[in-house]
Amino acid sequence: MTEGILLASSDTVDMIKGLFSYELFGQTVWITTSHVCIAIVWLSLVIFSIIANRKLKHATEVPDTFQSIIELIVGLLDTIVEGSMGKHAPVFANWICTIFCFILVSNLSGLVGLRPPTADYGTTLALALITFVCIHVVKVRHQSAKDIWIDKCSPLPPWLPIWLPINVISDIAVPISMSLRLFANVLSGTIIMGLVYGLLGKFAIVWPAALHVYFDIFSGAIQTYVFCMLTMTYITQSYGDS
Amino acid sequence: MNITGEDLIKACSAIGAGLAVIAGIGPGIGQGIAAGHGAAAVGRNPGAQGQIMSTMLLGQAVAETTGLYGLVIALLLLFVQPLVGK
Repeated sequence: MTEGILLASSDTVDMIKGLFSYELFGQTVWITTSHVCIAIVWLSLVIFSIIANRKLKHATEVPDTFQSIIELIVGLLDTIVEGSMGKHAPVFANWICTIFCFILVSNLSGLVGLRPPTADYGTTLALALITFVCIHVVKVRHQSAKDIWIDKCSPLPPWLPIWLPINVISDIAVPISMSLRLFANVLSGTIIMGLVYGLLGKFAIVWPAALHVYFDIFSGAIQTYVFCMLTMTYITQSYGDS
Repeated sequence: MNITGEDLIKACSAIGAGLAVIAGIGPGIGQGIAAGHGAAAVGRNPGAQGQIMSTMLLGQAVAETTGLYGLVIALLLLFVQPLVGK
C-alpha cells in the first residue's frame, strides 16, 4: 500500500527523464529532459538577444515599444547591479545580467509546460560554482595573502588559527547553500503543481492559475533576485576594503 | 497482508519525510519576525520602502534555507529512497 502511494506520486510529479545515453571516458552520461529545457531557454534568449541587438543598431531618438522594453530591462538590471556593487559594478554587470535573465526565464519556463531547468540540481550547482570561483578569484587578485590569512582566522588573532577550519567550512557552504536554495524553491513549486494536476485532475480547471502566479512568477522572480543579490554581495565582500 | 522489510523501510521513510519538513517551523517564525520588523520600519520611514523591502526579502530568503534543507531531505527520502537496498 505504501508502495502504491509512493509510485502514484512519482508518476504525477514531473521527474527528470533520461532521453539517451553515451559513453564518455568510461562513464555513462545521460542527455536528460533538463538539457533539452536548458537548450530551449538558451535558444530563446539567444534569439531575443540577436533581435534586440539588430534593433538597437538602428536605434531611434524616440524609441518604439520594443526598444523601450529593451532599454527598460537593461536599465533596471544596471540599477540593481550598481546599487549593490557600487564602483565594482562595470566588471560584473554583464555576468550578473546574464545569470539574471537565464534564471528568470528558466523559472518562468514552467508556465509554458517545460520542466524548469533550475529544478535540476546540476544546473543550480553549476551556477553556484561559477559564483564560488568568481568570489575566490577576486579575493586572490585583490587582497594580499596576509589579509586573507587574517580574515580566515578572523575572530581570533592570526597567530592562533583555531577558527580556520570553521571559516573554510563556511566558505565551502556558500555554493552549497546558494544552489540548494534555488533548487529546492523551484523544485517544491514543480512538485506541488504536479500534485495539484495529478491528484485533482478533474477539478483543476481555472484556479491553479493562482498557484502558478505564486509558485512560478512570484517565487521564481524572488529567487532569481536573491541569487543575483547574494552573488553580488559575496563578490563585493571579497574585494576587501581596498 | 505481508509486510516485508522493504515495505517497513518505505513506511519509515515516509514518517521520516514528514518529520523532516517540521524544519519549516523555524523559517516560518524567522520570516514572520523579519516581515513584522519590515512593516514597522516602513511605518517609521515610509520614504525608504524600496530599500527596506529588498533587504527584508534578501534576509527572508536566507532564513528560508534551513527549512529548504528539511524539504530536500524529505524529497530525498520519498523519491530517491536511499535507504531501500537496490
